[in-house]
Amino acid sequence: MSGQIVTRIVESFAQLFLLVALAPLVTGVIRTLKARLQTRRGPSIFQPYRDLYKLFRKGMVIPETASWIFAATPWIAFFSTILAGLMIPMVAADAPLGLFGGVLAVIYLLGLGRFFLALSGLDTGSSFGGIGSSREMTISALAEPAMMLAIFTVAIGAGSTGLTEIAGAAIGQTWRFLAPAQMFAFAALALVLIAETGRIPVDNPATHLELTMIHEAMILEYSGPYLALVEWAASIKQLVLMTLLINCFWPVGLQPLWFGFGALIGIVWLLAKLLLLSCAIVLIETVNAKMRLFRVPELLAVAFTLGSLALVSTFLF
Amino acid sequence: MISALFLSGIIVWLAGALASLALWRNPAAARRVACGAALAGSLLDLAASAMAIFSGSAVLIDLPSGNPIFSWSIRIDPLSAYFNVTLAVLAAAVSLYSFGYLKEMEGRRNLGAFGFFYNLLLMSLALVFTASNVFFFLVAWEVMALSSFCLIGFEHEKEEARKAGVLFLVMSHAGTGLLLIAFLMLTSASGSLDFTSFHLLASSLSPLQQGAVFLLFLFGFGVKAGLVPVHIWLPDAHPVAPSNVSALMSGIVIKSGIYGMARVFFDFYGPPPLWMGTVVLALGVVSALLGVLYALMEHDLKRLLAWHSIENIGIILMGFGAALIFRSLGQPRLAALALIAGLYHTFNHATFKGLLFLGAGAVVQTTHTRNMEKMGGLIRLMPVTAICFLIGAVAISGLPPLNGFVSEWLTYQALLAGFGTTQSLARLMFPIAGSLLALTAALAAACFVKAFAIPFLALPRSEQSADAREASPTMLAGMAVLAVGCVALGLGATWFVRVFDPITQQTLGVSTSSAMIMARGLALSPGTPHGGTISTFGMAMIFIFAGAAFALPLAWRWKRRSVKGPAWDCGLPGLTADNEYTATAFSKALRLIFSALYRPRREIQAEYEVSPYYPSAIRFESEIEPTFEKHLYAPLRHRIMAAAERMRAIQAGSINAYLAYIFITLILLLLFGVRG
Repeated sequence: MSGQIVTRIVESFAQLFLLVALAPLVTGVIRTLKARLQTRRGPSIFQPYRDLYKLFRKGMVIPETASWIFAATPWIAFFSTILAGLMIPMVAADAPLGLFGGVLAVIYLLGLGRFFLALSGLDTGSSFGGIGSSREMTISALAEPAMMLAIFTVAIGAGSTGLTEIAGAAIGQTWRFLAPAQMFAFAALALVLIAETGRIPVDNPATHLELTMIHEAMILEYSGPYLALVEWAASIKQLVLMTLLINCFWPVGLQPLWFGFGALIGIVWLLAKLLLLSCAIVLIETVNAKMRLFRVPELLAVAFTLGSLALVSTFLF
Repeated sequence: MISALFLSGIIVWLAGALASLALWRNPAAARRVACGAALAGSLLDLAASAMAIFSGSAVLIDLPSGNPIFSWSIRIDPLSAYFNVTLAVLAAAVSLYSFGYLKEMEGRRNLGAFGFFYNLLLMSLALVFTASNVFFFLVAWEVMALSSFCLIGFEHEKEEARKAGVLFLVMSHAGTGLLLIAFLMLTSASGSLDFTSFHLLASSLSPLQQGAVFLLFLFGFGVKAGLVPVHIWLPDAHPVAPSNVSALMSGIVIKSGIYGMARVFFDFYGPPPLWMGTVVLALGVVSALLGVLYALMEHDLKRLLAWHSIENIGIILMGFGAALIFRSLGQPRLAALALIAGLYHTFNHATFKGLLFLGAGAVVQTTHTRNMEKMGGLIRLMPVTAICFLIGAVAISGLPPLNGFVSEWLTYQALLAGFGTTQSLARLMFPIAGSLLALTAALAAACFVKAFAIPFLALPRSEQSADAREASPTMLAGMAVLAVGCVALGLGATWFVRVFDPITQQTLGVSTSSAMIMARGLALSPGTPHGGTISTFGMAMIFIFAGAAFALPLAWRWKRRSVKGPAWDCGLPGLTADNEYTATAFSKALRLIFSALYRPRREIQAEYEVSPYYPSAIRFESEIEPTFEKHLYAPLRHRIMAAAERMRAIQAGSINAYLAYIFITLILLLLFGVRG
């Protein structure tokens, strides 16, 4: 029993390291690939690390109007995202903190971070923060039913909302992701991923001080180390959702355990799959223009329809 | 022992009611006696019902009445005891709060009368949950309704309070009428007025009668619970009552409807036909979604909370509906899971909604307005109230690791388990209900970002808000009790689920808690094979550890490097409260997206002198259409009035005519009796 606990703790720290270390890289790769596709040179893929380093060394300006919520939010967002990240299978099918929660807990922990970010957007009293909070909560609320339908479809296949069980059920069935239910659910979840991570066509992560911004408006007043925490949390969230998507539907290369040589193979597979998904995101971002805010519900309605189709097709196939 | 404790609780409440009425000329004494008796009665009731749950068997108290039909029979079985625990915890916190809250009313209002109805309400609630005789139950039910009515209309000089009180009374009595018919149908089948004789009886009726009884009970109790479409009294009545009463109304009075449904669905009925569960599940989904959608459009803080009560009743009924469906499909263990989800949410809702109403009461008392658009910045002036309200807001949004998350997670698990059944309608309905629950929960989170941020954060939007003062110590203590309750019911989930064993054993014949407690009490599982697990306790420990190890030291270090500066004001001279986002603006996006439901109407009039871009005054008016009032109740009221108009013909005012009516009625009844 105690040996198992030690194993869990070691696994958790390994995955924790992977999460915090890999997340800025994924953001950097997406940015660079996007620049290349638009025939720009773009920054180095390591630029996000430099940005974080720079921000952590700077001082910060706290708005006079802000309360303790403003100071607590970056931490709550950061810790809840990490905790969610420890509940998903990244390298091994067995999630280190799978006992603490499955896919529902992951979604609700991300929701906790978003709740506080939205509060801090309103805390400063600036109109931009309010705009961002309002839009973020609206879009995430509309994305939720589609996400839940897709997740239910996957969970029904595995008979559990535990991610260890979900990934475990998919292992060994290499071509299962071609089943209609799985493909519909994948498409629905991919659309939700775009909305939740604030990417084009829903939100533009590269925007600043435009009236169309969502996430960036909400965190406009953050600076220095707090901004670094918020940005880091955002890229970890992106990594968590991307890993969730690829490992639920296509668990190729997931290792049974975190230990030994297998872990290296698992990490290589993870990186390869993340790169593939990043390419897809870059492609979507490049060929689409940002939508008007009030067109976003239509996109999410498409995701909901796909989720319903996924559900219905579990009856048929 | 249990019966002695329970009866002394009842007696203390009754004595408190009479004593505070007697002391009405001395407001300070009346307040102390009323709140003290209410608190003492609650603690006695808590002790009695907590012991009753764990004793496992029903406690019977039969007092002689000298009348063969009517009997004062009290039966505390685990289900009754559970609702009594909920009542006692909430009532204790609210009574503590009332010590401070009522002080401001001293000399201005009749606190003797208030104390009378307040204690009477608590007593009648305890009796509603335990009465085991139809007559006794209905008497307790009516005392509860009437004392609620008097408390809702307590500030009777306001027209809205009078109107809301009358609407409540009318709806409540319509509901009681339905209950009366249903009880009479059961009584004529069993030949007894005792609840124990109804056990599993309803299932032996003919299918038509069974369905009729079911629907009568569903809507009869649904009126009290605030089930859509018979909910319309609730958003009017809860806000106008004094806030401690609002907390009781939302926390426990509407749960009397839930108790009634649980009693009927799981005690009077055996395995029901499938359609019954389907109806309950569908009504639950509709109530949850409409409740939260209307809450989002509200900027009256207490009305917003009232709409959320409808939402949460919907979530509870989703659990009940799923339990009924599982029961008719012969899956008692899954039914137990769904029932636990519903009952757990019942208790949770009492704690966090009670807490939120008490917090709102503290805010309203000091700012003298319920309009959120006039509040702001209260977190600095009322720090403790703000933290309590925030805990309530996080809990009601279903976010981990607090109690709302646990019960919503159990509801999801119950709905997901429905897919394992073989019935295709159930298989399709459950996941759709689950996805709509997700929408409801996410919209609730959006709504509580608004409900916390607009009153408590940023700059004050009015003078009253800038001069707000922290609530008195007893008020804070009352809120703190419920805040601790929210945390404890969240983190102690694996400890708490044991409470449900006697209830599921009694109603469904299974006990599941041993299957639900995993990893030596660290994690909670739905008890189904392969079901997921959660550990709210583990999550909280990680948050606390990470916070203490990283956040606090680093925040301390960074603090030295931080400076205070103005927020970005777009280059305009200084940020004022006028620049802030309002509650109306916050919900604008959702108002447009769901405009098919809301049918919003807005009117903007701008006055300008030089150019339309520089208005000197703007008048903005925005409202949404109250769908049910307009399309369901307005035509109904119209018909009733028209019918009443025609009935006037027979009311000539002549005594002779009336005597003739009485005579004819008597003859008809005699003929009916002879024939029957």
